[in-house]
Amino acid sequence: MNTVIFRTIAPILVAIMVVFSVFILLRGHNEPGGGFIGGLIAASAIAIYGIAAGVEEVRKALKFDPIAIAGFGVFIAGLAGLLSYFYQVPFLTGLWAYLDIGPSKVALSTPLLFDIGVYFAVLGTIAAIALALEEDEEGK
Amino acid sequence: MALSMDISVALISIAPFLAAFLAPLIFRFTGHLAGWVLSIVPAGIFAYLIPFIKPISEGKFVQTSLNWVPEYGINLSFFIDGLSLTFALLISGIGTIIVIYSGKYLKGHHDQGKFLAYILMFMGSMLGLVLADNMVALFVYWELTAITSFLLIGFNHKKQASRRAAIQALVITGGGGLALLVGILLMQQMLGGVWELSAIREYGAALHEMSLYPVVLVLFLIAAFTKSAQFPFHFWLPNAMEAPTPVSAFLHSATMVKAGVYLLARMNPTLGGSEIWSITLISFGSITLLWGAVWALKQTDMKQMLAQTTVASLGLLVILIGIGTDIALTAMVIYLVAHALYKASFFLIAGILDHGTGTRDITELGGLRRLMPLSFILAIIAAISMAGLPPAIGFFAKEEMYLSLLQNDLKSIIVLIVLIAGNAMMLVVGASIAIKPFLGGLKPTPIKPHEGSLALIIGPLLFGILALLSGIFITYTGKMIISPTASSISSIAIENHLKWYFAMFLKPIILLSVVTWALGALLFFKLDTIRKFLRSLDDGFKWNFDIGFDWLMFSLIRFADMITRFWHHGRLELYMIVVFVALGVAVIAPLIINNAVPAMPTSIPSLTFYEWSVILLAAVGLIAMLVAKTRLVAIVSLGIQGFAVALIFMLFGAPDLAFTQFMVEILTVVILALVMSRLYLDRRDNRIFEDILRDGSIALVCGVGITMLLISVVQYPIDLRLTDFFAATSLPIAHGRNIVNVILVDFRGLDTFGEIAVVMGAGIAVLALIRIRSGGRQIGIGAKKSKPRRKSTRVQKATTASKAKNIATSKTKVKVTKVKPKTVKSIRRSKPIQKNKGAKA
Repeated sequence: MNTVIFRTIAPILVAIMVVFSVFILLRGHNEPGGGFIGGLIAASAIAIYGIAAGVEEVRKALKFDPIAIAGFGVFIAGLAGLLSYFYQVPFLTGLWAYLDIGPSKVALSTPLLFDIGVYFAVLGTIAAIALALEEDEEGK
Repeated sequence: MALSMDISVALISIAPFLAAFLAPLIFRFTGHLAGWVLSIVPAGIFAYLIPFIKPISEGKFVQTSLNWVPEYGINLSFFIDGLSLTFALLISGIGTIIVIYSGKYLKGHHDQGKFLAYILMFMGSMLGLVLADNMVALFVYWELTAITSFLLIGFNHKKQASRRAAIQALVITGGGGLALLVGILLMQQMLGGVWELSAIREYGAALHEMSLYPVVLVLFLIAAFTKSAQFPFHFWLPNAMEAPTPVSAFLHSATMVKAGVYLLARMNPTLGGSEIWSITLISFGSITLLWGAVWALKQTDMKQMLAQTTVASLGLLVILIGIGTDIALTAMVIYLVAHALYKASFFLIAGILDHGTGTRDITELGGLRRLMPLSFILAIIAAISMAGLPPAIGFFAKEEMYLSLLQNDLKSIIVLIVLIAGNAMMLVVGASIAIKPFLGGLKPTPIKPHEGSLALIIGPLLFGILALLSGIFITYTGKMIISPTASSISSIAIENHLKWYFAMFLKPIILLSVVTWALGALLFFKLDTIRKFLRSLDDGFKWNFDIGFDWLMFSLIRFADMITRFWHHGRLELYMIVVFVALGVAVIAPLIINNAVPAMPTSIPSLTFYEWSVILLAAVGLIAMLVAKTRLVAIVSLGIQGFAVALIFMLFGAPDLAFTQFMVEILTVVILALVMSRLYLDRRDNRIFEDILRDGSIALVCGVGITMLLISVVQYPIDLRLTDFFAATSLPIAHGRNIVNVILVDFRGLDTFGEIAVVMGAGIAVLALIRIRSGGRQIGIGAKKSKPRRKSTRVQKATTASKAKNIATSKTKVKVTKVKPKTVKSIRRSKPIQKNKGAKA
């Protein structure tokens, strides 16, 4: 698995995958995609990078412990739900705001924030497991 | 009648918690003087409560209420009448002294701030308990006192005995609290939704008629008896003496253990008055009184002696509530106040002796009268009140309790004898603590004896003065405190009849007191013989309540262990077999029972060539898996099958599902490969023929079952109401064109929120498993499990499962529990998603 070709291509591949995962996440509300799939893609990217460059490298690049990222995701999702409190509407009620940037109209919403939370929760959890297993592999 | 709707009453029970929050900080700045600083809070509460005495003695009361759970009619409501006021005054007054005392007593202890915080938290809970009007609030405060008591008993948590005593107290009083909760809920239902203590007293007569009255009664009695250490739950209280002395003085004599008595008193108008009530209370109270009094004679540790007499006194209070006449209730209130004062005094003096000499064994102390003169005098005063000698308030307590039993029936005479015996024995204990350490020759002690400082001595001093003054001015005490309290316990108002007059010493009833004193004096001089006799008696028994309690706890643990071992044997194959047999049964049984086995399709459906080729691909994957020589090849082959399924999703217009399926397949294969390398498995799957037959049949049954289920689903028209709803509302209401995503993040966001929390929790569990794996065997099958959680079709579920089964031959300890809910969840969950897919297509 640890060939020169793989190691050379991996960083580029990982970068593309991460960008793609964000793209998938953001388009999710109207096109196929969403936080869950996006999170899975990003997690695969991290797993690939871990195999190619070593877990140590990945942990350094991530800055945060993956499980903390997962916790952050759940926190963000909860926060998205709690925002409705300020408008005196039930928990998790979707709130929408539209920004006009030039010709395009950008929709910001609590469901989007929620989906970002899902993204991080999935990404963090699976990356944590994958990295822990890979670490184990290396330590053998 | 309500005095005022003042919200500051609620603050009484909240202020101590705030103070507790600040206590460690204050301790950091002021050191051991923190006791003085923090005593401002209880002293303030005490001062705040004083002005209530007069209006409440005139029959008024205070009520206030904050919204809590208005949907269920539960409010955080408070209520001050005679009973709660007396208790609140005792709690805040004694609490003030205790906080000051602990500042000095635990000087130099590094956790003193924490200790003060616990004490204040306890005081807040206790105040809340006696002031609560709402029964749910009462329960919450009740349990809070159990928890804070646990923290305080276990304060010296490095000592095994402390930890054990703390757990014992928590189990017993907390368990009683659960009985209280059930009792409260039951009573609330029976009375048609009344939550307020101030209201239920009107329902006494109605409640007695109901068939469930005995059940409610028993539940409340269990709560009160456990809290107030009545036989057979009495044994936790002497063990609780492991706590530092201020705690023993405050919780385990003056206040918390009286919570049970408080509950009985509070419930007297509602539950009391019946034959069963008075017989139960009198008999359990009598046993407790005698048991505690006799056992007190056996002890030489002053704290143990006091603890046992506390048990006895609690029994006495319960007897008096059980008798229930005006005089008995008056006696109960006087005794309550008198006992709180002298017992707190005694405990604090015991603490001073311990602090000043280094021992609290009464046989090791003697001749301290010159070195600790103030303590000596104060101990004598406390003993006078305990013995019921005039002019202390204890005198009236004793007179009234005998007076209440001057009747010509057998029951009263027996109880009278019990009371005289109990009082005489308690008198002995009081006298020996007041006399033995101080008179006689000076004995060598671990520390050079010295008198307690102001912070230590102020408590017994004030309590002693109060015990004398309240006795001397008994008419005033009676009018202001005793009668209003007794009136709120009784169902009718009780007028004060307490006063000094010379003729009272000439009445025949005084003879009963004389008998008590004489008996006490006799026992006092024979104390050493009695003690020796009791010790030999105790040694003769192989069994006591403590041993019984331990046995019960260990049996519970053994039982739990047995159950766990039965279900969690750690053999993965068995887990898998159980899960999939259950799945097969769950799928097939309803079809057979309801006679709904679907008819098999008769003709081959017409499909396009690419649809056929995808099906062919899936079949190839399956066959490859079955004939695979090594496990790794089998896993990858199964991946082929998974991809084929994903392609089918794609073809039928479910890109989201297909997408997810692809990702899951990849990750499953990758992670399985990683896991495989860590499991000590053979490369090949060497199952014996019988196993192959067994596993194969189970797999077949599950597969057939799922297939039949799918066929029968297709045979009926699909209910499209939800689909139509989502399709119609997704864009206009939720502003999204991707219905699947809209459902996930908006329509059913709460589900998703729960699920990502589960994902994270599963992740943490897997990490833990990977990290703790000892000998390399405990590694993440769970890892794999948490992954394919959004498996979308039932067919897919089955294949994942059989995949898992293939690798699952090692004896790895994995949580079955994780497999099960997830299976259930995704089946439930996948329904609406799938339908939507159909709609989109």
